[in-house]
Amino acid sequence: MVASIKPVAPHDVALSVRDLTVNLPKGMERAHAVENISFDLKRGQILCVIGESGSGKSVTANAIMGLLPKVIHVSSGAIHLDGTNIVDMPQDKLRSLRGRVVSMIFQDPLSALNPLMTVGAQIDEVMAAHGVGTPKSRRGRAIELLTEVGLPDPELMYHQYPFRLSGGQRQRVMIAMALALEPTILIADEPTTALDVTTQAQILELIREIQRRKGMSVMFITHDFGVVAEIADSVVVMEKGHIVEQGSAQQVLKSPGHPYTRRLIAAVPHLTGEDRVPLETADKDPILKVEGLMKTYRSGSSLFSAQRVVPAVNEVSFDLAPGRTLGVVGESGSGKSSLGRLLIKLLDSDGGGILFEGRDIAKLSEAEFRPLRPRVQMIFQDPFASLNPRSTIGHILTVGPVAHGTPGAQAREEAKALLTHVGLDAGAFDRFPHEFSGGQRQRIGIARALMFKPKLLIADEAVSALDVSIQAQILQLLDQIQRETGVSMIFITHDLRVASQICDEIAVMQKGRIVERGPPSQIFLDPQSAYTRELVAAIPGEQPGTTRPVAANG
Amino acid sequence: MTALVANAGPSRWWRSRTMRRFTSHHLALLGVVMITLLTLACVFGPHLLPYDSLYIDLRARFSPPLTGYHYLGTDPLGRDVAARLLMAGRTSLLVAFSAMLLSTMIGTLVGVIAGYRGGWIGAALMRTVDGFLSFPSIFLLLALAAALKPSPAMVTVIVAVTSWMEVARIVEAEVRSLREREFVLAGRMLGLSGAHIMFREILPNAMGPIIVAATLTVAHAILLEAYISFLGYGIQPPLPSWGNMLEGAQQYLDSAPWLAIIPGAAITIAVTSFNFIGDGLRDALDVRDDRV
Repeated sequence: MVASIKPVAPHDVALSVRDLTVNLPKGMERAHAVENISFDLKRGQILCVIGESGSGKSVTANAIMGLLPKVIHVSSGAIHLDGTNIVDMPQDKLRSLRGRVVSMIFQDPLSALNPLMTVGAQIDEVMAAHGVGTPKSRRGRAIELLTEVGLPDPELMYHQYPFRLSGGQRQRVMIAMALALEPTILIADEPTTALDVTTQAQILELIREIQRRKGMSVMFITHDFGVVAEIADSVVVMEKGHIVEQGSAQQVLKSPGHPYTRRLIAAVPHLTGEDRVPLETADKDPILKVEGLMKTYRSGSSLFSAQRVVPAVNEVSFDLAPGRTLGVVGESGSGKSSLGRLLIKLLDSDGGGILFEGRDIAKLSEAEFRPLRPRVQMIFQDPFASLNPRSTIGHILTVGPVAHGTPGAQAREEAKALLTHVGLDAGAFDRFPHEFSGGQRQRIGIARALMFKPKLLIADEAVSALDVSIQAQILQLLDQIQRETGVSMIFITHDLRVASQICDEIAVMQKGRIVERGPPSQIFLDPQSAYTRELVAAIPGEQPGTTRPVAANG
Repeated sequence: MTALVANAGPSRWWRSRTMRRFTSHHLALLGVVMITLLTLACVFGPHLLPYDSLYIDLRARFSPPLTGYHYLGTDPLGRDVAARLLMAGRTSLLVAFSAMLLSTMIGTLVGVIAGYRGGWIGAALMRTVDGFLSFPSIFLLLALAAALKPSPAMVTVIVAVTSWMEVARIVEAEVRSLREREFVLAGRMLGLSGAHIMFREILPNAMGPIIVAATLTVAHAILLEAYISFLGYGIQPPLPSWGNMLEGAQQYLDSAPWLAIIPGAAITIAVTSFNFIGDGLRDALDVRDDRV
């Protein structure tokens, strides 16, 4: 198929990509970011492009916007925007299209907004750059846009700086900017990934509503099949720079044809209303008992300004039986991560008690607690930041036990055995963290935590940074480890679907307090508190109580 | 897109990439070549020249460069300038290197502790740094030099004491940001001691900026040594240094300009070369645009 010969794209297609190949510079893991991809975005529809990290979905979006980095360029193929081929179009003509015909929303609304400009000025700038309107009419239009994206008090919002807004509000501002020139096509690159689940639901709703009202065409990039089920009309599935499957949302979700699509859909964690079969343990005494735990953050000096006091963890109490997993779920700022760090004493608590195996560790000094550290270990969120880039895997695993007096040779033996156990090659021992993928690094993080054979594992968002298929493998590994070693776990996550997979019991946190605690069946099927109900309802792609299955096994 | 860029190179890829970036910085390479030549000349040169640096030949006073075997001429006592220049280079470069090592060690120690501990310890250390910085360093240098007996070792200490603050500030800032990284938390979780975390886990990650600062400190130290020796408080004759050669030359600027020009050129070449190397290293070690 030679696309450039094709005169004009059909009338009902807003964006058409034909045989697009984008080269990567030499020395990368593959030669093409995307190779020979073709798809159409029909007018007035939402097209979801889904794939895992490295699948080339963002590169595709940037190619359409003409925003590829200098070292990467389109080597062949055509992109027709409203019938005009934009590949090899001169920069100044392309610039006039951007914003006017096609507009983009980015993943991280904080870094995409200029922190030194007011919200109003940034929206104004978009219109001024294209020479639209007078200062007065632009101001009116900006306020109109702010109203349209559902921001409270638009007149006031116009004069606000981005740092004063919440993540969801910032994303609304980004949408307002993208809509300023009434583009025909809107590209949204993972616009809800950085947001909390309830905010995500609102933003998805907003995008869908605006799309319907204006008859816009939307290309929506995501890695989450839940999101696809929420809003997509049609779907393009990408893997390693190729399109493996495309079709209507119904068809792809209900009867996926390609094995990769099937695997992706199967890997999406689903809410299970069923409780986990608990591990039988001889010891019934709780291994951990938390009573009225408090932590307050203070910022700003009391000398020069009023102190800002934020209660991060407020009167939290729970207990945990040996061999069980307690999930702590909540949105960002709910205090769940602070709670995890308090339990392992990476933060000092302000009040309350933490009874670990019957002993109150809350008031122990660092020196007194150090001998106990091996018994409580943590798996961190970011597999890239949690391993020292200048240390070998061997050093990372053995440094702790050696510091606690294990002979070096024995520690090395154990480390190698453990590497195999968590599914890595023992040859990993002498290599550096950057040589591993995210999922492999997370396995190393798990191995590090297991080196001491701990009694209690705290997993702080341990799978949040991973692709869904990797996520499923890591959850499985954690489950297997718990069944083998009988370790108790506290699993901190913002993702209720993940929590439902691995937890015996779930505690829902909001503003530093536990608002509800119970087995998954109660939390998901019969939530007692209004907040839990809101959280469960906001999960994309799943509405317990309505019949809208996401996939065959959903 | 970032994930695409992460490549699976051989182990220690950062070294090769750093090397590649450094070698593509032409001025830095020039600096390396110049410093190598200068060092080799200072180490071996005096043995190869026909005159000893202390040999006085009053018949040959003020010979201009290229007189007989006096390639760079002679000084007011008829001593060979080339021999003195290279012997002076030994002193000046040795003092500068030692001062760099000492000031980098002090600066790193203070910076790491202040950055990791923070709180009142960090505040106290960094205010000390501010205190040192608030003295005009030349006066501090001269006051110390006037009060203490000026031997090469003492000059080294004096130069180090007045130039460690910059390293301390750079390291403190670097460590303060590294301290928040999860691998440091992981170290605490494993129960590693504070000293272990500071010097074995964090410090290797801060080596880039430290190396750059150290290189620039050598250049600075050469200048400081020349400065105090020129003013007569530094290295004392007959031991030659580039600074006191300049001092001896100042009254003959009209009649024998080479006496000032030659050591001046040596200082300029050495300082410029170190600055070029420092710039090259800064560009090569700056991994902020990579994934670490």
